[in-house]
Amino acid sequence: MAWYLFLVPLMFAALAAAAPSNRWRPWLVPAGGLTHLVLTGIAVTGEPVSALKGWLVLDPVSTLVLGFVSLMFFLCSLYAPAYLALRPERSNRVFCACLLAMLGMMTLVIIAHHLGLMWVAIEATTLATAPLLFFNHSPRSLEATWKYLLIGSVGIALALLGTFFLAYSSIHEGLEPTLLLDDLVNLAPKLSPPWLHAAFVLLLVGYGTKMGLAPMHTWKPDAYGEAPGLVGALLAGGVTSCAFLAILRFYQICRNAPEAAFAREILIFIGLLSMAVAAVFVIRQRDFKRMLAYSSVEHMGILVLGIGIGGMATFGALLHMITNGLTKGVMFLSAGNIHRAYDSKSTDDVRGAMQRLPISGPLFLAGFLMVTGSPPGGPFISEFTILIGTIQSGHYWVAGLFLALLAIVFIGMGATVLRVVQGVPTAKAMATPYRDRPQLVIPIIVFFVLALVLGIWIPHSLHDQLQQAATYLEGGHS
Amino acid sequence: MNNFIDPILVLVLLLNFVALGASRMRTVIQAVAVQGMLLGVLIALAHGSLVLWVAMMALATIFLKGVVIPRMLFHAIRDVVIRREVEPIVGFIASLFLGAVGTGLAVLFARTLPIAHGDMGSLIVPAALSTVLTGFLMLTTRTKAITQVVGYLILENGVFIFGMLLMEAIPFLVELGVLLDLFVAIFVMGIIIHKISREFSSVSTQMLSELKE
Repeated sequence: MAWYLFLVPLMFAALAAAAPSNRWRPWLVPAGGLTHLVLTGIAVTGEPVSALKGWLVLDPVSTLVLGFVSLMFFLCSLYAPAYLALRPERSNRVFCACLLAMLGMMTLVIIAHHLGLMWVAIEATTLATAPLLFFNHSPRSLEATWKYLLIGSVGIALALLGTFFLAYSSIHEGLEPTLLLDDLVNLAPKLSPPWLHAAFVLLLVGYGTKMGLAPMHTWKPDAYGEAPGLVGALLAGGVTSCAFLAILRFYQICRNAPEAAFAREILIFIGLLSMAVAAVFVIRQRDFKRMLAYSSVEHMGILVLGIGIGGMATFGALLHMITNGLTKGVMFLSAGNIHRAYDSKSTDDVRGAMQRLPISGPLFLAGFLMVTGSPPGGPFISEFTILIGTIQSGHYWVAGLFLALLAIVFIGMGATVLRVVQGVPTAKAMATPYRDRPQLVIPIIVFFVLALVLGIWIPHSLHDQLQQAATYLEGGHS
Repeated sequence: MNNFIDPILVLVLLLNFVALGASRMRTVIQAVAVQGMLLGVLIALAHGSLVLWVAMMALATIFLKGVVIPRMLFHAIRDVVIRREVEPIVGFIASLFLGAVGTGLAVLFARTLPIAHGDMGSLIVPAALSTVLTGFLMLTTRTKAITQVVGYLILENGVFIFGMLLMEAIPFLVELGVLLDLFVAIFVMGIIIHKISREFSSVSTQMLSELKE
């Protein structure tokens, strides 16, 4: 089963690369997404998945992330055929193949319990996404791709060094060398402290670059700004979740070691720093796609902050990964539609999106309200859980800063979003051919409904899964 | 055979300085190619006995890092006709000096990280760290896209040197995966360099400054 999970998307990628027709090739993307979703459903509900002597395992956390990423990809893939149909002049061979390859590699990251294999898969995800960013073939997208690729690769190279340090920390103590997660978690109390210390810092910087935590976030505004909306949603919801999972893996090891307090503090610090950087840059942001990138930096900060706090906040952070991902789906896809309708992503030109795009416009506004934590959206519940966890654990200062930064981001983003949706569209904008059409808005509506429902009611099975994952992370046995 | 490890690492360190100080693109790429080949030799030496998978790994490293990747880089500079000197933000003498400072710091820092007894070559950790720092220096102080790729390669080489200490811990499959990823990364970067040169008629990343706040 573990093999099928990542090999099937790769097979679809190969099919897409071989498919001759530019018109029906895009349909392979939703087909691959649906197959993957079904396989994930079988894997999650069926017998425990484990293969290759413990190299590929579905534990409670990876079950959660896998289910989420698979759903996220499927919904985004529904958007792909209609999006690519708008671009008939351009060959979509590389685009479709890379999308599916990215799904396969993300799956491999999620199920890998061997840290070396996980590294290989994460680097492969970076490489598969680079051509996606370059889809528009403009000088600006070229610049964004170059930065993404170079900064991402350097970050991941540091993560490899960190992984090596981690392995060495066991050799140093005369233990059997290993890079298997379960072995390392068990060995953690005996690992050499200086090496473990250095390893955690390198890994946090490395995978933090991939996740887009400040101050390693510099590629993010460029990449998200230039990427097609669909790719932005997948990066902000899928790839960053995988990088987050990678950080969780190492946190799990540190938790069991004397380094736990150090790891927690550094996570809280990086989390608040990311939120603060996002708050600074989101104010007076005139490019609404770059604004979304800073929103992503902010939410990645919230995720690691929640993990650093621990306890109830861990549960909140895991829930937030899902609610934030779903809302990012709403935001990026509707922003993509607005971008297309106005042929601009600057608030200098974009006005009156409510009027110009009667479905995407309101969804963009509603998405903004949800992503900034307004009730009754999903992110409200998850952020609230993190806040309660923070207060319960006695981090009053952190809780205060957390609230203040959320408020600043709300105001900053609000100014940009309101400029986009309110007012009267220019004559030029009314003249562009793009109109909202069902295939391009239904995925957004589904994302929106899911995110909204999670704010009101969390299904039992999901709640149990979250609880199990949180217990697993906190070192208990579920 | 382990007597040879430290001398080879010294050579690797010297090549860092060649790469930092050279003004001709060809020399820089050649330095990295030789460094890559030395790493392959190191793999064979570090393991002591020449088992099949070690030999394969060593050959794959020599072939990829010493032949294939440098060829791709040469190809890239031939296409865009830039045999000209690289244009550093920090001058060559200054970057050599910084490189020396970096190596010194690496040696100092390596002392705080204790090495297990019986490990071959006391130079491995300082050499690895200083090579990583050299890579960083090239990445941050050079403006040509191709020199930045070379910087990334040197950084990877540094990580690779550290990997010598873990020959037993890292399975063959993962090492191959790392090499393959590196290869594809350079390949994709090569394509992008090509596009940059076509788009801007230059491979200087200073042209890439449209996206900013």
